[in-house]
Amino acid sequence: MAAVRQTVEHVQALEKYQHGFSTDIEQDFAPKGLNADIVRFISAKKDEPEWMLQWRLEAFERWLAMDEPSWAKVNFPRIDYQDSYYYAAPRAKAGPKSLDEVDPDILETYKKLGIPLREQEVLAGVEGAPRYAVDAVFDSVSVVTTFKKELAQVGVIFCSMSEAIREHPELVKQYLGSVVPVSDNYFACLNAAVFSDGSFVYVPPGVRCPMELSTYFRINAENSGQFERTLIIADKGAYVSYLEGCTAPMRDENQLHAAVVELVVLDDAEIKYSTVQNWYPGDPETGKGGIYNFVTKRADCRGDRSKVSWTQVETGSAITWKYPSCVLRGEGSSGEFYSIAITNGRQQADTGTKMIHLGANTRSRIISKGISAGKSSNTYRGLVSAHPKAKGARNFTQCDSLLIGKRCAAHTVPYIEARNGQAKFEHEATTTRLSEDQLFYVMQRGLSQEEAVQLLVNGFVKDVLQELPMEFAVEAQKLVAISLEGSVG
Amino acid sequence: MLRIENLRASVDGKEILKGLSLEVPAGEVHAIMGPNGAGKSTLSYVLTGRAGYEVTAGTATLDGEDLLALAPDERAARGVFLSFQYPLEIPGVPALTFLRTALNAQRRARGEAEITAPEFLKLARAKAAALKIDFDMLKRALNVGFSGGEKKRMEILQMAMLSPRFLILDETDSGLDIDALRIVSEGVNALRSPERAMLMITHYQRLLDYIKPDRVHVLAGGRIVASGGPELAHELEREGYERYEAAA
Repeated sequence: MAAVRQTVEHVQALEKYQHGFSTDIEQDFAPKGLNADIVRFISAKKDEPEWMLQWRLEAFERWLAMDEPSWAKVNFPRIDYQDSYYYAAPRAKAGPKSLDEVDPDILETYKKLGIPLREQEVLAGVEGAPRYAVDAVFDSVSVVTTFKKELAQVGVIFCSMSEAIREHPELVKQYLGSVVPVSDNYFACLNAAVFSDGSFVYVPPGVRCPMELSTYFRINAENSGQFERTLIIADKGAYVSYLEGCTAPMRDENQLHAAVVELVVLDDAEIKYSTVQNWYPGDPETGKGGIYNFVTKRADCRGDRSKVSWTQVETGSAITWKYPSCVLRGEGSSGEFYSIAITNGRQQADTGTKMIHLGANTRSRIISKGISAGKSSNTYRGLVSAHPKAKGARNFTQCDSLLIGKRCAAHTVPYIEARNGQAKFEHEATTTRLSEDQLFYVMQRGLSQEEAVQLLVNGFVKDVLQELPMEFAVEAQKLVAISLEGSVG
Repeated sequence: MLRIENLRASVDGKEILKGLSLEVPAGEVHAIMGPNGAGKSTLSYVLTGRAGYEVTAGTATLDGEDLLALAPDERAARGVFLSFQYPLEIPGVPALTFLRTALNAQRRARGEAEITAPEFLKLARAKAAALKIDFDMLKRALNVGFSGGEKKRMEILQMAMLSPRFLILDETDSGLDIDALRIVSEGVNALRSPERAMLMITHYQRLLDYIKPDRVHVLAGGRIVASGGPELAHELEREGYERYEAAA
């Protein structure tokens, strides 16, 4: 597919952090800082109904009473929540009806990122070509969603969260906050108060979504946080595969990204959620700048035999702190978590998953591959629990860590709780250093040191890469290579 | 082709090669025999540029070009190939992927066009068949879970695919049963040509019954202490290395 090829070529062409440019466009900002008026401002900007405003204000009240958690194995200076913008939007007359109404500068930005939205529409006419519907979120606002009409024909709703609140309030009211409650945690609560946009997907009963859905998030504005909120509902027997990609410009200040993703899976439905996260990681030498990626992602397998699969490739961000989780409520439901987390330079990652087995005969599988290079720190933290009713629950966990160089660290922190006698949990973990012997062997066959590292690392993460939609696997593989440039020698 | 003069090399500050000189002309196969700890494997690593093997004096040239100044991959691209005594396992990388990546890396380094997928598969099928390697095995991760004999056969397959000019075989016969030894030897013999030269490192005369050397050298105490025709190997088999170790 041309778009993907272009993405790959683009990625190959650039070195180091290649998304570090910023786009100069006119933007609307809310005043700096955070108070109830800012929450009202955001809600008003988005023309929200009263119930939504009340929901936000309630979240804000609760947030004020909460403390920032500190249990993760990450270090960062205190965040001054009053020194950030909570709303930044490209200035537009009204919501764009089609691509032609979108600011050309924004389209150019996405093109630079390798997401040629126009081409995707053109490609729609090509028979047999794989197609992806894209929702592009620029700073806090969804700027364009493609393929809406085609999706609507089969009843799939794919739009920005703001639009869903206006057009499909009954669905939003029913499901928003039902997986990640408003006061679930500090950052999720903050998100509930100030979230500005995100993607909304509803797949009706028995419908297999005819194309991959994807959202590209871009933080552009300075000193602004990004708080998007994604809600995906797969109704009975439905299936959808969804991919999110993230980038940000290089800036010396740290920027907070506190997103919430909620997945609702009903009887016999399946959601496959893939993330390729490449936020700016900060300066590799000084550790200055970079994104704080503090995200809450959770799937609720409400229905019997429902299924969720999280796949993540985490290469960016100064700090990544997230645990895409599955609540396995329905009988026979299953959850999977496949993760590649790469840290280089001075990056810190504390990531993993939670598999909460509530229903009988629920199954889960965790494959985590952590790679640490430079002076970085990489922690896998995971919880597998079986409640008294979860008879016959099964889990298999494999956590592998690979160390490149001598100044990085890898940690594995598994929590396992079985509250009935019929649950079966397996946990395997390995930590290895990239071996000099292997490197020499591969180089003796003609690969340069950097190519040798890439080959060995790609072999190490293969089990996870193959879980990604094929075209994105290629992109992810390149990303892995770029993230590790200069990590040896 | 290969010319080594007065080569001295250390590992962790300890001198292993102590003024080694050796010449292997194109078209010839030379065997290096010697007791444990004589520096045989060190010689193969110094010639291929492994980190940690520090050359303190002397030269090694391939067709007049200074090998010691080149990185391991640059030496590989110029046709230096080492068949490892203990081939490494490469998890998650299918043998086919590994071979194609290596072949194309070498071609790029030499300014040649990359091999196309159909050409590559045709070549791999033919070479694998000649070495009696099941093609399906090439879809598995390289050397992971392979037996000792299978790993050695994979080394020879890599050699056949990469078509090097100067081949170093480090204890290629170790861990092979008679059938495997015959197959591997046939594979090596098939690569003998007037444009190629080989250096065979071995403990035992056995391998030399299958791959007949033009010259045999005795390496002891970090130097070549005796050279001769194939008959020298038979003499060593009868009388052992003691005499040479004492001399070194």
